[in-house]
Amino acid sequence: MTSSQTAFLQARGLTREFRGFYAVKDLDLDIRAGQVHALIGPNGAGKTTVFNLLTRVLDCTEGQIRFDGEDITRMATHRVARLGLVRSFQISSVFPALSVLENIRVALQRPNGLGMTWWRSRSALDRLDERAHALLLDVQLGDFAHSRAGDLPYGRKRALEIATTLALEPRMLLLDEPMAGMGTEDVVHVTELVRRVARSRTVLMVEHNLKAVAELSDRITVLARGEKLAEGTYDEIRADAEVRRAYLGGTAHA
Amino acid sequence: MLRSHVLPVLALLVLLCIAPLVFYPIFLIKLLCFALFAAAFHLLLGYVGLLSFGHAAFFGTGAYMCAQALARWNLAPELALLFAVAVSAALGAVIGFLAVRRQGIYFAMITLALGQMVYFIYLQAPFTGGEDGIRGITPGHFLGVVDLSNPLALYFTVLAVTTLAFALVWRIVQSPFGMILEAIRENEPRAISLGYNPTLYKLAAFTFSAALAGLAGGLKAMSFQIATLVDVTWQMSGEVVLMTLVGGIGTFLGPVVGAFIIGGLEQYLAQSALPAPVILGAAFILCVMLFRKGVAGTAKSLLQNRAPKRSTPDNPETQATNRIVK
Repeated sequence: MTSSQTAFLQARGLTREFRGFYAVKDLDLDIRAGQVHALIGPNGAGKTTVFNLLTRVLDCTEGQIRFDGEDITRMATHRVARLGLVRSFQISSVFPALSVLENIRVALQRPNGLGMTWWRSRSALDRLDERAHALLLDVQLGDFAHSRAGDLPYGRKRALEIATTLALEPRMLLLDEPMAGMGTEDVVHVTELVRRVARSRTVLMVEHNLKAVAELSDRITVLARGEKLAEGTYDEIRADAEVRRAYLGGTAHA
Repeated sequence: MLRSHVLPVLALLVLLCIAPLVFYPIFLIKLLCFALFAAAFHLLLGYVGLLSFGHAAFFGTGAYMCAQALARWNLAPELALLFAVAVSAALGAVIGFLAVRRQGIYFAMITLALGQMVYFIYLQAPFTGGEDGIRGITPGHFLGVVDLSNPLALYFTVLAVTTLAFALVWRIVQSPFGMILEAIRENEPRAISLGYNPTLYKLAAFTFSAALAGLAGGLKAMSFQIATLVDVTWQMSGEVVLMTLVGGIGTFLGPVVGAFIIGGLEQYLAQSALPAPVILGAAFILCVMLFRKGVAGTAKSLLQNRAPKRSTPDNPETQATNRIVK
């Protein structure tokens, strides 16, 4: 069991080298259960690489990753997802030619044992609809169930992606820039959505929108050139001189 | 989805039932075998997005195994066909295991190489009779009652088996499993992040495809009472690509249309003095340049344009074609 003292997701000495260039170097990360943890830093700081390492999209050159006590350092990507560590993508990632409802159904199929079912018609999936509609209502996509996912405007695609992710009932969510490319109104929406989602889950997010980070995060890690620059609450980070120089100084609007 | 296919499928079945009044049954059988082969191939290309260049390995394996079972073991035709399907599926699982981790041109190259390996094995193996092939097949009685030495009985048996096989393809494509195949083709990284293992799904589709290609080969050997190296050559692998592209990727009946066009043209050209490969090549180029969705795909969108328009410029068929042509 995880207590609030031990880390839910833990990385030790996480390193990723691309032909002599260290995208991430000797990073220790502890994300506690139930918290919203934000990862910030200037462009090229290695935030997305950290994400890809933690979700096993990339292999780390060195280091160790443990999720809920289990060593996942060399685990296959899809297995990590099955453990309940589920990510969203920086560029909204939906199945564009499928309908909004079908997008959610696809996420629900595997946990309901309907992934490999080739001998039944698709009406076997109708029993997933109740849950799927509930998820869509949750992200205010109820009226769009039969639209083609690829035709949705950007903010709604984002909402669909989050609903799809939630369909897996993940124990921990990794959100890669959930507010990227959104208008102010959408940011408010998604902030509210993440807040609701985070009530019962652990969340790690990369985000540039510092207002959203300030509102949502319990703890923040600042990355610069692949290394940890600082860690703490928003106020602690704001007060840190080194962080101001490296990051907040130029772009702070909070 | 289903409703839009019912009319064309029924019309096609009625046509096939009265076709023996006009054409030789044996010629129609050949078309049916090719149509099933193309449908098996299209299961992989159209619904998974994998272009196999070695599918003759399974077609030929089906033919040899069926011939072996009929000519040497005197098995009943339905058991011989089952044996052909089983061996093709097993071979498909092995070749698929080696190939499905790769994509695009690498997948095509690996399947081509392994297909050639299978060809050389059959060339050397004593039981295939090398260049002579396996002859002296007596097809016997299907299910103990239908006398397959009667050409019409043979034709309707092949038609029935083919129809069942097509129903199976339809079931696979329209199943929950087919849904995941579609999702993987649409956005593989996302499917992985939802906990799916694409390799497993692609391997399952590859094995299905190989099994059905083997059935097509088995039916051909049973009907023509011979299995030869022709069915295992890379030219045969190429021919099925040709049929599918001419017919149209992404439409259920596309492979059937393509197989009938190419098979019909070949038959016609074989009786004339015209150079068959040149004309087939020209027909292929015309199809690719004029109807990028293939004959069936183009016909379908023409019909849809008359009805209230629903398709968008980036519908899956065009996308599939673009992906292949690129």
